[in-house]
Amino acid sequence: MKDRDAMNTTRAVEPDLIPPDDMIDRPNYLNTEYGLKSWLLTRDHKRIAILYLISVTVFFALGSLFALLIRLELLTPEGDLMQPDTYNRVFTMHGVVMVFFFLIPAIPAVLGNFLVPLMIGAKDLAFPKLNLASWYVYNLGGLFTLWAIVNGGVDTGWTFYTPLSTHYSNSYVIATGIGVFINGFSSIFTGLNFIVTIHRMRAPGLTWFRLPLFIWSHYATSLIIVLGTPVIAITLLLVVAERVLHLGIFDPRLGGDPILYQHLFWFYSHPAVYIMILPAMGVISELVAAFARKRVFGYRIVAFASIGIAVLGFLVWGHHMFVSGQSLYASTIFSILSMLVAVPSAIKVFNWTATLYEGSVSYETPMLYALGFIGLFTLGGLTGTMIATLGIDVHLHDTYFIVAHFHYIMVGGTIMAYLGGLHYWWPKISGRLYPGFLSRLSALLVFVGFNLTFFPQFVLGYLGMPRRYWSYPPEFQVLNVLSTAGASILGVGYLLPLFYFAWSIRYGRRASENPWGAVGLEWDTTSPPPTENFHTIPVVTREPYDYTSEEVHRRTTQEEPVVYQLD
Amino acid sequence: MAEHNGHNGHHVTSVGLYVGVFVALMVLTAATVIVANFDLGWANDVVALTIAVTKALLVLIFFMHLRHSTRLTVLTAMAGFFWLAILLVLTLNDYFTRGSVSILGK
Amino acid sequence: MSTSLTDTHAAAGHHHPSLQHQFDSLEQQKESSTLGMWLFLVTEIMFFGGLFLAYVIYRSRYPSAFMAASHTLDWKLGAANTAVLILSSLTMALAIWAAQVNKPKLIGVFLLVTMALGLTFLGVKTIEYKDKFTHHHVPGPNFQWHERSDPNDPDFADHTEIFFSLYFIMTGLHAIHMICGIGVLGALVVLSRKGRYGPEYHNPLECTGLYWHFVDIVWIFLFPLLYLLGAHAK
Repeated sequence: MKDRDAMNTTRAVEPDLIPPDDMIDRPNYLNTEYGLKSWLLTRDHKRIAILYLISVTVFFALGSLFALLIRLELLTPEGDLMQPDTYNRVFTMHGVVMVFFFLIPAIPAVLGNFLVPLMIGAKDLAFPKLNLASWYVYNLGGLFTLWAIVNGGVDTGWTFYTPLSTHYSNSYVIATGIGVFINGFSSIFTGLNFIVTIHRMRAPGLTWFRLPLFIWSHYATSLIIVLGTPVIAITLLLVVAERVLHLGIFDPRLGGDPILYQHLFWFYSHPAVYIMILPAMGVISELVAAFARKRVFGYRIVAFASIGIAVLGFLVWGHHMFVSGQSLYASTIFSILSMLVAVPSAIKVFNWTATLYEGSVSYETPMLYALGFIGLFTLGGLTGTMIATLGIDVHLHDTYFIVAHFHYIMVGGTIMAYLGGLHYWWPKISGRLYPGFLSRLSALLVFVGFNLTFFPQFVLGYLGMPRRYWSYPPEFQVLNVLSTAGASILGVGYLLPLFYFAWSIRYGRRASENPWGAVGLEWDTTSPPPTENFHTIPVVTREPYDYTSEEVHRRTTQEEPVVYQLD
Repeated sequence: MAEHNGHNGHHVTSVGLYVGVFVALMVLTAATVIVANFDLGWANDVVALTIAVTKALLVLIFFMHLRHSTRLTVLTAMAGFFWLAILLVLTLNDYFTRGSVSILGK
Repeated sequence: MSTSLTDTHAAAGHHHPSLQHQFDSLEQQKESSTLGMWLFLVTEIMFFGGLFLAYVIYRSRYPSAFMAASHTLDWKLGAANTAVLILSSLTMALAIWAAQVNKPKLIGVFLLVTMALGLTFLGVKTIEYKDKFTHHHVPGPNFQWHERSDPNDPDFADHTEIFFSLYFIMTGLHAIHMICGIGVLGALVVLSRKGRYGPEYHNPLECTGLYWHFVDIVWIFLFPLLYLLGAHAK
């Protein structure tokens, strides 16, 4: 392999599809050190990303189990699988685990941790020890929550509304509250790390407007994390204090206001949904550019839209409280502001679509997920503007319409982007390729299963089926059965990657530096990368997604990138 | 001389300036206690907050070295307080308008 | 693969033992740790901010109850504690000054004085809390309000209980932050004795200083809001 000339970032190396024999078992971050201690005490952001991958997968499996129980109960109109109190605990733990232990950390802590230093040409994040601490803190929070689950869980809904959570609930509110509180620090550490890294550790020549949009998205996400997470921390602390010490801040018997709890809770939890979607949007920008072989249309606008979403996202939380007792005046203000926040998201969808136009589109697995995202996120987003309208929300609040809306964004959006990103960067992370047919099949199963699960829920909600109820009128059964059937298909779609990714680690064909022929600093180093990321720090002279420059164009379209097993 | 460039060209605030800020903070503390003893109606709050904000600014600018910090650092500090303002203003927007606007006919 | 001499440590020309591998220079490291600490302080602003929000809301709802409850706090002790904390901020700043002007022995001295002042603050707080326990002003099943009430407010006692809830959670959280700060200061005293800090490198002092001053700023707001409401009441 030729040496890389530090001044020339258009790689001097020919894209080799099958790496030469001497590349095999070359030192990289996976094989330089072995043993449990080298993993559990690592400072390497790439290893920490893998540690997080394992943890979030475990919690995703747990959250999915709870989802399975919900859908099983809802197969029949009567409440016949479990007691109503048990059902309350099941949907609560589903929400708590999925929101706090999967959706919020997954893309930033797995893909972000792995890629941020690589994409900016740095050796590591600004604070590697803080990064490792973040993972341990995540697991500590997880332990508290697991302990609560094992002992019977919480029945308040993941929203922990008072006074149920502070006074009347007989469940493990304190343990779960502490678990989520601790987990918040994990999130803050990651966000803080990203902000400092992106500001202070970019490679020479890498100006802000040469950054990949993945970085812009993670920067915007990190702003939200730092500004919002502390508020839910104090909120949960107050709930715990009220339960343990009998302080009366939310207690209506003392003149306290339960709605104050909701204000404090949603001040974080609304921006939290942007923490969940912004990194996903960053992934989609990368996938769309790579598989349309084209610069993202309106790069600067998309970058600014990320920041816009982050800022505007803090101004709309009251739309969760339209029917709670919030003043009508405030509700109107929040409704108008909620319409505003839809604009930058829509801008991104338009720009991705424009990127596809006259691009050289190919349909590898990551692209299938990206295309699915664009459609499903649009549907979810449009229904969001519907329920931001006061009159409609009075009818639809606390129905399955809301449930369908946020699952379109979080599952049809975030999880599809997470899977797409994993499939795109898997060769870089593991140095291995995965089966093409099986991965495309999984993507299809996920898409079909997802729509079958959640589209009926829009109809159910509109027809009036309330959420968080363990029984329902018999006329809703058909739609519920469709939904459960869809969930089973979705489950298969999620399980398959678990198997073929694991298979690929041992048996997959070895990946070259750049199996997709994509443009980006992470593709300018080996797959897997060496511990120090780059043997020489790159100097960046070209614009991002520069697929049109003659040399890059020639090299990336020369041969059909072969990514799949010969099966 | 209030300051000089120390080793590495970093600004070093002098002991004199630090002590001066300390004295100012003590004076302001005394002032806030004295004013609180008079009933000025709503002006009590205004005075108390003005003094508190002034004290906070003195600590931020001199003790916390904001005067010598990068623009990014100053922006970060400002953003924190600005976001607290968002929390306060938009929430109070609910509390101060409860009962002022109602649905027609109700 | 070349054993490349463009390795950035060598390029910086100077390999200070405190320079971490991911940074290219002490300057970059210092700016990064300062920015990181400020970002953490931003999270603290928002953390305490939720409590200040609750305070503003309930103060505006129950002004006379809050005034009466505030009147039961000893403003002299509160003012003394304010002075103690402001002095401790001075000594903290001087600890960093000592590092900057290369007087390493003074660093430990100023840090220890800061710690002593912090402990004094906590001692006074303990006295205050004990007093509140004695008067049954701690929220919960044992709460009792026997002082004056207001005929316009039938739930006057309940509303004073809200004030005391805020008082205890705000000053309690503040005290926990002080305890953590004193702990870190202790560690810094030990490290400074080992000669770790000097004009070229004293990031941990700077960052701890930022934290300490922030905790002081929180108190600067807590003092008038909690202690001085009822000062002009009878």
